[in-house]
Parts: sequence; structure tokens; C-alpha cells
Amino acid sequence: MSKRTASPRQLSSASDRVFEGLILALAAVIVLVFVLSVYQLGTESWPALQKFGLNFFTSRVWNPVTGEFGAAAMIAGTLVTSIAALVISVPLAIASALFVAEYAPKWLANPVGYLIELLAAVPSVVYGLWALFVIAPILGKWQTNFFTSPENVQTLTRCTDLWNKNQTSLECFFVPSSAAGRGLALAIIILTVMILPYTASVARDVIRLVPQDQREAMYALGATKWEVISRAILPYARAGIMGGVILALGRALGETLAVAMVIGDSQDILKSIWGNASTMASVIANQFGDAQEALHRSSVVTLGLSLFFLSVVVNYIARLIIARLTPKGIQ
Amino acid sequence: MRAATTPNSTRHQLSPARRAKNLAMGGLIVLATLIVVAPLILIFAYLIREGLGAMNLDFFTKVPAPEGETGGGLANAILGSIEMLALASVLGVVVGVSGGIFLAEYPRHPLMPSIRMISDVLAGIPAIVMGLVAYGLIVLQFGFSGLAGAVALGFLMIPIVVRTTEEVLKLVPQTVREAGLALGLPKWLVTLRIVLPAAAGGIVTGVMLALARVAGEAAPLLFTAFGNNQINLDPTKPMSALPLEIYRGATSAYDENQRLAKAGALLLITLIFITSLLARRASRRK
Repeated sequence: MSKRTASPRQLSSASDRVFEGLILALAAVIVLVFVLSVYQLGTESWPALQKFGLNFFTSRVWNPVTGEFGAAAMIAGTLVTSIAALVISVPLAIASALFVAEYAPKWLANPVGYLIELLAAVPSVVYGLWALFVIAPILGKWQTNFFTSPENVQTLTRCTDLWNKNQTSLECFFVPSSAAGRGLALAIIILTVMILPYTASVARDVIRLVPQDQREAMYALGATKWEVISRAILPYARAGIMGGVILALGRALGETLAVAMVIGDSQDILKSIWGNASTMASVIANQFGDAQEALHRSSVVTLGLSLFFLSVVVNYIARLIIARLTPKGIQ
Repeated sequence: MRAATTPNSTRHQLSPARRAKNLAMGGLIVLATLIVVAPLILIFAYLIREGLGAMNLDFFTKVPAPEGETGGGLANAILGSIEMLALASVLGVVVGVSGGIFLAEYPRHPLMPSIRMISDVLAGIPAIVMGLVAYGLIVLQFGFSGLAGAVALGFLMIPIVVRTTEEVLKLVPQTVREAGLALGLPKWLVTLRIVLPAAAGGIVTGVMLALARVAGEAAPLLFTAFGNNQINLDPTKPMSALPLEIYRGATSAYDENQRLAKAGALLLITLIFITSLLARRASRRK
């Protein structure tokens, strides 16, 4: 593409070299940002990593007073919220992509496509505000009903005993532990909505890349629309959709304020889906500003460093899948 | 939409089970789409109902009233957001556009693959982590400031601008470059005077999308810009921003702060929607 030899005169090749150097220097700022980020997060995490080692990731104790920091509860919170949100959002996202690409007439497909893209443009804090003021009261009311209805007394006593011993069971995992409305469940709901557009738009793009012949061949054999979708379109687009799903996972892992506002900020580990919890990102948002102790601060930054590497790996996999499957490139 | 219609003759041969399944799945797909778009409509309707009333002159000209008192506005946040976004754009546009030029115009440069990969990696880093980085780089030395917030937002803008610039530059036909070179222009002049102007519209679209993306970020501002109850235009001092005030207001116990947060959210979401729709419309037309 570049024709470096095409410049005829000595003069222009010198100025070309200056320009190339300048552009390269500015582009190198991108590398600098990356290197500085790794360095910054690395040096600030060092005290915590040195003190706790790998225990940092397995210990459940996070206690600023005693100076013990283990991130197992936040890691569990991050994984549970992200994966649950993914499981709920993927079928919805694929269905909406199918609607836009296969079902809707053009006059409807474009506006619906726009609306789904706008969903990605809503800021995290606004999702948090809405979840806090609108969804939390609804969930809270349902939980209060559970608490106050007499037939649940036995279940509640049994589960409270279990929780006090820091244990949980599958049955108690679905029993309300407070009536605030906030907690894991609300975080999962809001994350589901927030990551929907990422999977939906990638899915829509790969579904549109499915060659028309595939559809026509099946229609010619007498297939119904659903049969064409389930046997010709989805298998063809499957790998590309997978890339979109992993991209959405990357978003979910790092999503911060909406989750921080609704998850309840507690170190309870998988106590109840209705109970308070925390994620790595929510702890950074809620605690970094107040962390006075050097070790506390360093532990919070270690969460940031872990999140950094997690996002790099997840996004790299997503891009690898998307790039390999779509030779024409998806934007 | 684009699918060939099922010929009539096969419709008679469809077993009831297959026809029922086809209809049921179609219905589920429509239902799922309604569920997907519902939150957007519900959020917008909620904010209009709760926030529109608070959008009076005071909202745009005054600062928040002291806690527990009524009245006030978000002038400090509106001005802070504008100033920080302007500063962030300087960083985002200069580095982002240069990065895009480098990736598109020097594809054989040995450093090109690594810069492209690092740019892609940066795009996936959570905003809050960029806040931690900007805290370490700037706040630890100089204290909380609007500039630190702008740097964090600028870092977040860079990969978005890089990617759109690269893509738009690649759309400029190779023959245009060759024509310039054939006239004896050096490559740098061809790039600056012919290729960039041809792609300017698309680059502006990319910058607008990047701005819309970071305008709503509060997480990286929590411990960089920090927030300020007064109007402050000095970038070396703590500064407020709309997303910050929305966050503080929404988590506040005072009705008045919550009211301001809802009005702020309505303003922010409206501005972001307008920006992204304009940007998308401009890019669709090409």
C-alpha cells in the first residue's frame, strides 16, 4: 500500500521521514499509556501481593481493621454476576438480532436496531440510578412479602442458622436475606440489560453475513422460517456470536458504578441471591477513596490489576474469534 | 425481510407441528425483542417524569444547595463536564488520529502490529481501572484535579478514535493517494492535504462517538476529578462533572440531591443520545 520509493526528490523523502517519525511518536503514546498502566498498577499492588501472595485470591477475609485482605468474595461476586447476566442476556440478544436481521420489515428494523444501540450509550450511573429507584423497590416489596408471610418462617429460621455459620445451601441461596431490594439479584438484572447490546449488535452483524444462498437452499427444500434460522443461519453464525458473547463478558467483568450502586457492598460470599455482595470493580469504586492504610489501598489496586489482566485476556479471545471468523471485518 | 417467501405449495404440506413451532419461535423472538428495548423506553420515561420538572433556569445556573436545603442546580457539573471533555478531546484526538494514520498509512511498519494490538487491548480495559492509573500518575503528585479526570477520559477516548480513524482512512481509495504521489507530492503532504480531508467527516464521527462514550463515565472521575460543590474552571483544582453528581445524588439520602441527580441524568442521556444519533446518521450516509 505505501509507496515510500515513489517520492521522486531527496527533499521530500527527508520530510517524509520527519512526518513518519512524528506520527510514530504520537502513536507510541498508545504503547506508553499501556506500559504506564501496567507499571502503575504493578508497583502499587506490590505491597499487597508481597504480603499475601496467592492467598490474596483465595482468602475470604477482607478486613481493613485487622489489615487482612483476601479477594475471594469479590472474585466470586464478579464471576457470578457476569456469568448469570451472560446466561440471561445471550438468548434475548440473539433473538433481538434475529428480529432485526430476519423478521422485521426495513422500516421497523432500522429504528429497533437504533434503540438497541442506544442501550449501549446509556451511562452506567444512569442504569444504577434507575435500578436503585425503580427496580429495587419492586424487588424489596417481594422480599418483604416473603419475610412477613407465615409459611416461610421455618425456611427463614433454617437459613438464618446456616448463614450465621457462614454456610449456604442451594435451597437457601434463593431465600431472601434482607428486604432492601439491593444485592446480587439486582446487580445481575442491571448487568443483563447493560451487556445485551454488545452481544446483540455482533450477532446481528454476523447473521447478516450469512450468505443468502444458505437461506434460499433451505426454503427451496420446503423449510419453515424457524428451520432456516435454527439449521442454516445460527450454525453458520455460531462462532461469530460466540465472539460477541465473550466481548459482552469483558464488559460485564469491568462494569462498575451501576453494580457498585446496587450490589450492597458486603463481603458475604454467595450467601443468597437476594443478599448483599460485591464485585472487584464495585470494591474499587466504593473503597479506594476511603482507603487510608497503605495495605488497604494496595489491596484495592491489586483488584484493579487483576481486573486489568482479566479484561485483556477476555477481550483478546473475543477479538481473536471475531477476526478469524469474519474475513470482511465487523465494525 | 430479505428471505425468499415460502412457496405456497409447500405450505399445504407443512405438518401442524412444524407450523406451530415456526409460529411459536417467531412469537418468542418478537417478545424477546420487546424485552430488550423495554428498559431503554422505561428509563427514558422515568427520567422525563421525574427530572423534567427540575430543569428550570436554576438547574443550569446555580450550584447544588447545601445538604438538606432545597433549590440549586448543577451548573458546576455542566461546566466541569464541558471543560474536562474538551481537555480529554485534545489528548484523545491528537493521539487517536495519529495512531489511526499510523495504522492505516504505514501498514508495513514493523511496529504496526504491536501498536494495533495494544490499542485493541486498551479498548477493553475497564474505565475504573483507568481511574486508578490516572490517580497514580497525576493525583499522587499534584492532588485531585480536573486535569487528572480529563487525562483518564482521554485515555479512554484514544482506542475508540484510533479504530474509527483507521477504518475511515482505509475507505479512502488508493487511487487518490497515487494521484497525489504522481503529481510529485511527498507522502506526508498527500496524507495531510488529500487523505485526511477526504476522511474528515468519518473522523469527526468517530470523535463524537468517543465523546458520547466517555461523557457518561463517572467511575474514572471518582478519584481523579473528585467533584466540587462550587463552580471551578481551574483545571488544576478538583472539578465536578454530570456523571459524578448523578452518582452522588442517586446514592444520597436527601430528596433534593436525588431530584437534581434525576434531572442531571435526563440532561446527560439526552445529550448522549443526540450525539450518538447524529454520529450514526453521518456515518450511515457514506
